Amino acid sequence: MEYQHSVSLDIEKCKGCTSCVHHCPTEAIRIRDRHAVIDAMRCIDCGECIRICPHQAKKALRDDLLDLQRYKWKIALPAPSLYAQFNNLDDVDFVLQGLLDIGFDDVFEVSRGAELVTARTRQYLKTRKGPRPVISSACPAIVRLIALRFPSLKDNILDLLPPMEIAAAMAREQALKDHPEFKREDVGVCFISPCPAKMSYVKNGLPEYKSQVDVVVGFKDVYFLLINEMRYSRRPKTLSESGMIGIGWAASGGEATALFNDAYLAADGIDNCIRVLDRIEGGDFPNLEFVELNACPGGCVGGAMTIQDPFIAKARLQTLRRFMPVSQNFVDEKDPIPESYFVKDMGSYTPLNRLSDNMAESMRMLKEIQALKDELPGVDCGACGAPNCRAFAEDVVKGTASKYDCILTHLDEVKAFLREKEESL
Amino acid sequence: MSESLTFHFDVNGEDFTSAGQASVRFKKNMRELGVDPEIIRRASIAMYEGEINMVIHAHGGVADVEVSEDAIKIVLKDQGPGIPDIAKAMQEGYSTAPDNIRSLGFGAGMGLPNMKRYTDEMQIESTVGVGTTVTMKINLN
Ligand SMILES: Nc1ncnc2c1ncn2[C@@H]1O[C@H](COP(=O)(O)OP(=O)(O)OP(=O)(O)O)[C@@H](O)[C@H]1O
Ligand SMILES: [Mg+2]
Repeated sequence: MEYQHSVSLDIEKCKGCTSCVHHCPTEAIRIRDRHAVIDAMRCIDCGECIRICPHQAKKALRDDLLDLQRYKWKIALPAPSLYAQFNNLDDVDFVLQGLLDIGFDDVFEVSRGAELVTARTRQYLKTRKGPRPVISSACPAIVRLIALRFPSLKDNILDLLPPMEIAAAMAREQALKDHPEFKREDVGVCFISPCPAKMSYVKNGLPEYKSQVDVVVGFKDVYFLLINEMRYSRRPKTLSESGMIGIGWAASGGEATALFNDAYLAADGIDNCIRVLDRIEGGDFPNLEFVELNACPGGCVGGAMTIQDPFIAKARLQTLRRFMPVSQNFVDEKDPIPESYFVKDMGSYTPLNRLSDNMAESMRMLKEIQALKDELPGVDCGACGAPNCRAFAEDVVKGTASKYDCILTHLDEVKAFLREKEESL
Repeated sequence: MSESLTFHFDVNGEDFTSAGQASVRFKKNMRELGVDPEIIRRASIAMYEGEINMVIHAHGGVADVEVSEDAIKIVLKDQGPGIPDIAKAMQEGYSTAPDNIRSLGFGAGMGLPNMKRYTDEMQIESTVGVGTTVTMKINLN
């Protein structure tokens, strides 16, 4: 089945400027017929183009809150970064109560899943075989980036499900236990997401795994409903069942520091993550146990569907965490990690950098690309619709662009032509 | 004599990740009682700081809380190493917290000063090698 993306383009709004083309970390965007076209094979749904587009022509696809109407029991699954969106919030319970007040029947914090994944990761790292460093599996944009661009690092990815999935499964199980009158399909689990990448994860699942989440909406979809409903003067019910560790996952470094293992690195922002992955792949990397990578600046608080500036959000998170229990979800390390936590198959995609399936053919193409690239001006102006001259050369050799699309090469001829035209008038 | 209600919490010092549970449970109790939200905030912060201190610095202890009509009294008692110089420990920024928990944001040396700020009365009794008892009172009127 074709991969379903969550970043889409509003053609009406797109001016065909090259902001997104230049910014896309996987060079997945070209300008064709004066508007952007996203290559589905390359897109990792990181949301960089949504952030950068000066015309708001890029959108994060998501479900509608109304999609929940078909379920008899609606559970909200807030990502921890949601809590960092509000002014003067000093207790997570206000947000959770707010979610109930806007119409959800129950709430289940993703941070609970995060605390369990933290505890299980701590346990797993003691015995897990396989290459080091172990790379976090929490950011779906990073996982897809590795599959596409760094396939040799696939076995480094932590093969445990991310917190969202653990939380979703627990939420549903709990609901079915508390309400035996409901069938599985009566219960709708709605993830409230900071980013489009999580949306894609839910829609596509993994080769042998279907996401436990039924509906995905963005922060923007609930934020205004919530601030109208939330009143700090009220006494909310005590609903939160997680602590500093779970909520810490909202920002870069939260997952890694909670492992209480000093040999870690946490990087955020897609370009920084790519640099780290390049170093790991190149072998020029310190001896570390764990690497946490978040595609968005600052971590999930920087997601393309958030409201608040990521740095302000991170500061708020610190205040919010200050008086929280360390954790409220525990595991007994004597018990083996449940089978249901493991990812059996991460999936494989055609690596991006491969030109064709045939080695000889690839070599011929590469030679041609290099030759063409040397002829090109090397200005990386983007006027041809490709992010740089090398990508353009590749497009030409692959047959998706014409060499005449490079107007810079023909600038002198164009000028001469125009001059001649003017003189002949 | 006015009615009063007492709550007892054991604060486990074995497992650092479980620190902070007692304050959450007491916060829930206060909400059930209909205590004013601002008082809830002050009492939970003060109790939280004291509870965390017992876990981090004193291998755990017990928390006893008494709610009467006019005050909330929180008594935190441990059998840890004791505080050699209480005046120094009370200074903002003074901390002997170990490195491994600083990554979670502890060790700013703000706990005891916060407890003082958010309560109406606070006493520390401590004997080196025997333990520490912190008593805090928050007036309800
Ligand atoms: N129950 C206790 N037993 C022994 N020593 C204590 C106890 N409570 C506090 N102390 C000492 O007093 C110091 C100051 O405590 P305080 O709570 O102000 O800061 P902290 O716990 O070090 O950091 P923070 O509370 O900001 O995370 C501690 O570092 C510790 O040396
Ligand atoms: Mg303290």
